[in-house]
Amino acid sequence: MDNPLGTSPDEVQFRFREDEVADHATVTVDSCCDQTNATAVRIEPGDDARVLLPFLDRLALVEVNFPGFADGRGYSAARILREAGYTGELRAVGDVLIDQLSHMRRCGFDAFAPDKPLDEEDAARAFATWGNVYQRADDTSGGRRKTIAELRHD
Amino acid sequence: MKILTGNDLKTGDVIWWTGNGWSRHLDDAADVGEHGEEILATEEAARRVNVPYIIEATREDDGSVRPAHIKDRVRALGPTVRPDLTLRPKDPAALDWVI
Amino acid sequence: MYQYDQYDQAMVDARVEEFRDQARRRLEGKLTEDQFKPLRLMNGLYLQLHAYMLRVAIPYGTLNSRQMTALGDIADKYDRGYGHFTTRQNIQYNWIKLEDAADILADLAKVEMHAIQTSGNCIRNISSDHFAGATFDELVDPRPYAELLRQWSSFHPEFTYLPRKFKICVIASERDRAAMRLHDIGIQIVKNEAGEIGARFFVGGGMGRTPMIAPMIRNFVPLDQLITYAEACLRVYNRYGRRDNKYKARIKILVHELGKEEYTRQVEEEFAHMLDIGVEPPREELARIAEHFADPTFEYGPKTVDRSDPDFALWVDRNTHRHKHDSYVSAVISLKPVGGIPGDATGEQMRLMAQLAKRYSFDEIRIMHTQNVVLPHVQIVNLPALWSELDAAGLGAPNMDTIEDMIACPGLDYCALANARSIPLAQRISEAFDASGKTEKLGELKLKISGCINACGHHHAGHIGILGVDKKGVENYQLSLGGSEAEDVSLAKITGPGFTEDGVIEAVEKVTDVYLARKEGEERFLDTYRRIGMEPFKEALYG
Repeated sequence: MDNPLGTSPDEVQFRFREDEVADHATVTVDSCCDQTNATAVRIEPGDDARVLLPFLDRLALVEVNFPGFADGRGYSAARILREAGYTGELRAVGDVLIDQLSHMRRCGFDAFAPDKPLDEEDAARAFATWGNVYQRADDTSGGRRKTIAELRHD
Repeated sequence: MKILTGNDLKTGDVIWWTGNGWSRHLDDAADVGEHGEEILATEEAARRVNVPYIIEATREDDGSVRPAHIKDRVRALGPTVRPDLTLRPKDPAALDWVI
Repeated sequence: MYQYDQYDQAMVDARVEEFRDQARRRLEGKLTEDQFKPLRLMNGLYLQLHAYMLRVAIPYGTLNSRQMTALGDIADKYDRGYGHFTTRQNIQYNWIKLEDAADILADLAKVEMHAIQTSGNCIRNISSDHFAGATFDELVDPRPYAELLRQWSSFHPEFTYLPRKFKICVIASERDRAAMRLHDIGIQIVKNEAGEIGARFFVGGGMGRTPMIAPMIRNFVPLDQLITYAEACLRVYNRYGRRDNKYKARIKILVHELGKEEYTRQVEEEFAHMLDIGVEPPREELARIAEHFADPTFEYGPKTVDRSDPDFALWVDRNTHRHKHDSYVSAVISLKPVGGIPGDATGEQMRLMAQLAKRYSFDEIRIMHTQNVVLPHVQIVNLPALWSELDAAGLGAPNMDTIEDMIACPGLDYCALANARSIPLAQRISEAFDASGKTEKLGELKLKISGCINACGHHHAGHIGILGVDKKGVENYQLSLGGSEAEDVSLAKITGPGFTEDGVIEAVEKVTDVYLARKEGEERFLDTYRRIGMEPFKEALYG
């Protein structure tokens, strides 16, 4: 179906999931709350990610749009969804650039569909920027990664 | 007249458009008339200048150039509180020129 | 003081390489200036009037002699032989080349320093009381909490693209020497009725074009929830702070528009959620950090000193602060010589201050937000030797908290945002008051000068404040009175129409004359102003 709103699987440049790329028509947050069958949603910077929490079970894909890379609301949206137990694909879309990749990854994004394809080598380096991290975030949940403070007191 | 200025991308030096390149000396600045925007676009894209902009200036009788705004005169000379670090360290009239 | 372990070192080293790569991509054209600007700012690199400027972080204003020496060496090697200490306890260099910036960061990393988040819309360097760990009147040393916050805020993945910059200050005494309530978050470490130590949170203060005093939003946060509470404050701000208008994007506007109660309610809700999620570092981490701030071994010695040299006695009276150990004082090295540039120090002076710190102050140095330097632990018996060395190096001005100890931002001589010059005013005022001998009579008088509305010179918080504006291309200065950034915090009020450069210096003379004529008892300028109000001053200025 014609889907001007969401990104297609072809546009996903980086993905850190084993499952099939979610290819669902994304709807707005408002529509998602009204439609009982939507399985993919797109969050805009001004949207409250928490209104989606009752529907997380049925969602397979959440796109978080970054119309401009300097608007950091999407980082909070991502963490809020992961903190609530969302395990589906969390895709950063829009003005996604090299130097934001590592922080996005830490906040729980596991797929990236930048407006303009990124240099693969630069991106690989960016994802690997931080060998260790100071803060708790999505990547430290469930014992997946220890923070520096935790390593110090292991 | 209208002249172009910006900073050198690598060094940060204040530079002025001469008509066919960039100079650190204000008096080399050329009047760009109505072509400012196009020159800026080309030069910035080629990374020969950083954060360029167009300013108003006048050509004095002695051939020197005087930017209309004090900010650009400070840029052209250097900090007024450190005459030793300006482009005219030995010229006592330099500070009066800024103000 | 705090020392990096392998993890901290790896973080700053990684940052140096990340920035080196970013600069490379900018020079190769892979990044536009719009894309690069926030990245360079988060490494303290500005593009100013004459060159790039690099702002180096001095976390909570604390450094050792090795670090101060390195700062002096950087001034000589990469800059033009000097640096400028700022009102946020940092240092900035004015003549930096982009192609050198990564090498400077690498030099800094060798001495456990960096320029991380000294600009940009992220959590900035944490500031604190410059007498922390030394002063007689503190509850505890606030710096372990500041260091805990430093680590938490460094490269925070969620809070790197905030609506606007974010400044946090931590103090631990009733006296506020750090303008705590003029920060986005001001934290005061306090003791509750049960005798437990915790954190009092003030949120939404700031200067800039809309100055506000931060209201208290929580009286007591237990120390093992400090980071969690800060995280909750930041998340509410990141989600709801205004992004439609740069001038309304600071948290003070959010707190003001929502109202303190509603903002607090949202923070508390987020806080409760985060307590469930668990974002606090392990409790032992604070203890580990605190060990680094253990007192040096103080020795008993004479509590008085020969004051027969009047110049020395004046310096002791003005420039020393009572220490928690009665054989010691904290000594303030003034970077405000008469006619000098407030906050500037040469590479040579930095290296000398480093040597003196090593010899007389257990290797410790602090930077004050008033752009001076502190040797926090000087044995009283060593004061004469210290003073004579400072005096010989032009660092012995006896003027702390006097009108000559003014704050001045770099202003239009250096700063791309400025509308008017600040430094020449500072120079002329200190010369005039020194020559007339009025400085002494005026006692404590905090003069603060900003060259634009962004208020880096803290003019809103000056007993006398001066704001430079652009009046049709000519520098013009507004005068304001009655501000304070101390525990009696208040915002200054504008006297009326602005003045020329000569006019504002004359105006400062006039308002100080009103004070001297009307002062009662031991009143400071600020006290007299508060008692008699603006009218007598206006009358003298415009009557």
